Amino acid sequence: MELIKLENVSKSYDGTLVLDELDLTVNENEFVTLLGPSGCGKTTTLRIIGGFESPDSGRVFFSGNDITTISPNHRHINTVFQKYALFPHMTVAENIAFGLKLKKKSQNYINDKISYALKLVNMDGYENRDTTSLSGGQQQRIAIARAIVNEPKVLLLDEPLGALDLKLRQSMQYELMRLKSELGITFIYVTHDQEEALTMSDKIVVMNQGYIQQIGSPEDIYNEPENAFVADFIGESNILEGIMLEDKLVSILGVKVPCVDVGFGNHKPVDVVIRPEDVELKEPGKGFMDGTITGCVFKGVHYEYDVMCGDYEWLVHTTEYFEVGKKVSLNVIPFNIQIMNKPESEDEEAMKEDE
Amino acid sequence: MKKFKNGVSIFYLAIIFLFLYAPILVLIGLSFNNSMSRTVWGGFTFQWYASMTQNDSIIDALGTTLRISIFSSILATILGTAAAVGICAMKKRNAQIMLGATNIPLLNADIVTGISMMLLITRFTHLGEASVMVSHIVFSVPYVIFNVMPRMQQMNASCYEAALDLGASPVYAFYKVVWPELIPGVLSGFLMALTMSLDDFTITYFTKGAGVNTLSTMLYTELRKGIQPELYALSTVLFLLAFGMLFLMNVKKEPNQNRKEAKA
Ligand SMILES: Nc1ncnc2c1ncn2[C@@H]1O[C@H](COP(=O)(O)OP(=O)(O)OP(=O)(O)O)[C@@H](O)[C@H]1O
Ligand SMILES: [Mg+2]
Repeated sequence: MELIKLENVSKSYDGTLVLDELDLTVNENEFVTLLGPSGCGKTTTLRIIGGFESPDSGRVFFSGNDITTISPNHRHINTVFQKYALFPHMTVAENIAFGLKLKKKSQNYINDKISYALKLVNMDGYENRDTTSLSGGQQQRIAIARAIVNEPKVLLLDEPLGALDLKLRQSMQYELMRLKSELGITFIYVTHDQEEALTMSDKIVVMNQGYIQQIGSPEDIYNEPENAFVADFIGESNILEGIMLEDKLVSILGVKVPCVDVGFGNHKPVDVVIRPEDVELKEPGKGFMDGTITGCVFKGVHYEYDVMCGDYEWLVHTTEYFEVGKKVSLNVIPFNIQIMNKPESEDEEAMKEDE
Repeated sequence: MKKFKNGVSIFYLAIIFLFLYAPILVLIGLSFNNSMSRTVWGGFTFQWYASMTQNDSIIDALGTTLRISIFSSILATILGTAAAVGICAMKKRNAQIMLGATNIPLLNADIVTGISMMLLITRFTHLGEASVMVSHIVFSVPYVIFNVMPRMQQMNASCYEAALDLGASPVYAFYKVVWPELIPGVLSGFLMALTMSLDDFTITYFTKGAGVNTLSTMLYTELRKGIQPELYALSTVLFLLAFGMLFLMNVKKEPNQNRKEAKA
């Protein structure tokens, strides 16, 4: 069921357009991630949903009701702010109890909730600590605890795990996902960490410069990016210019390669995305294109190779070891070749050039 | 060599303090002198303090001073705090213009402020205690603003938003989240306004009208008639009052900082 809907939302600051006619639907009990580079308007979108910023034009709906002009304290939405925003003169427990006290809950209920929430964020025993004495990561976790005890319909999180180390971040990611399924809270989550987005989300919204580039499941976004920006932003990619000769046949770097995409027309310029892990390295002459290995980095799980073919440098991930300078051949199965339309409008072209 | 250096710096410090405080110490000394002469020590006495409290014009002036300074500093604190909160919510350009505007009364010569206040007030009504109060509010407000502003700016702006987010009304959010952060600034602004008002001579002199006297203007008129030892006693009391206030302002800050450090 549709819970939150942004309709044609635009916002500009001092004449600069930050959001341009944004449309977004979030369903009940969905984990939606806004993903994009710094300054693309993620926080602004979240603030409009939370009611801290009003859109210049467009509407915001909650369960079908127009809430565009409703103030934040009357929305059933809680926020974990990018800068934590804990109340400095209150203890950890008082911070967490703030929303519950306003709802006139009994002291017993509040105490239970506090210890439950602290356990959840791995900070039991910190009830009486002063918030200013906590580390960044601890403050972030208290901010999460303070929001979730209110059991909001929708939880907005603005890079809530940014200050945590890898290990803690991963465990918090699983905690948040568990919370979502246990409490039935709808999450709208902001991050610029694509791995985090892929791990946690039901739906990813890739944004750039105030535009939505693509909305889809993590698999869709990763495997079938709609344009070069998405492909480039989500994981590492080989993005090449190509010409779609006919259905299921594309020309890359002058070589005809079979693929599975249809409906792009004949002799149309396109962008081609090939993920580095989808490229196989073979003996020279056995693939569709020969080249020379110019660089090799050990990455733990795999090796990362640079392979020079003419004047294009391919990125290849494989577990096999090859020496630098060795001649190899590249092979890609047709299914792993992703064809994308070239940007058409001038706006999109400009976006691409900015990258 | 090091010893010598130390000796020089202590000597230097001693001279500075001597020059700063010698006149006041002489004044305090004279207030206990059992003699009308300024050059003869006639023994120790509280006589001047006793007769000071019997002196109607002194007691009157003290009452006027306290009324004016307490009333004006409370009002200036309310106005100044509200102004600081408002300025922080403004767009950057407007905020800068407002801050510039509040700076002017601070930098303006007292005598200019005094005369212009007098001209303004006589245009509409006559001078009296009320006009002194109004003038004191005018020159105290900037001190409050400049004490409260830094507290506002230090505060994480999203704290207020976080309170709204958790369901607080704007008034409750301000009272629970913003206000506790402002209190130290508001207090020091209040004390500063109080001190400035107690201290002021020039502006009071021009706006007080006939018959109204604060301690400082009364001292001035009395001194012109000839120096009474009672006035030494009065000056000593004024000095101690200002000193006490200054002490209070500094002590107020200390425990707060200590607490923070201890917890960190
Ligand atoms: N209050 C404001 N006044 C002026 N410009 C603003 C304001 N808030 C945001 N902006 C501008 O709007 C754009 C989008 O900002 P936003 O905070 O939404 O980015 P973001 O995607 O959250 O970035 P980040 O990942 O760095 O947090 C930025 O260019 C920013 O400078
Ligand atoms: Mg942001």
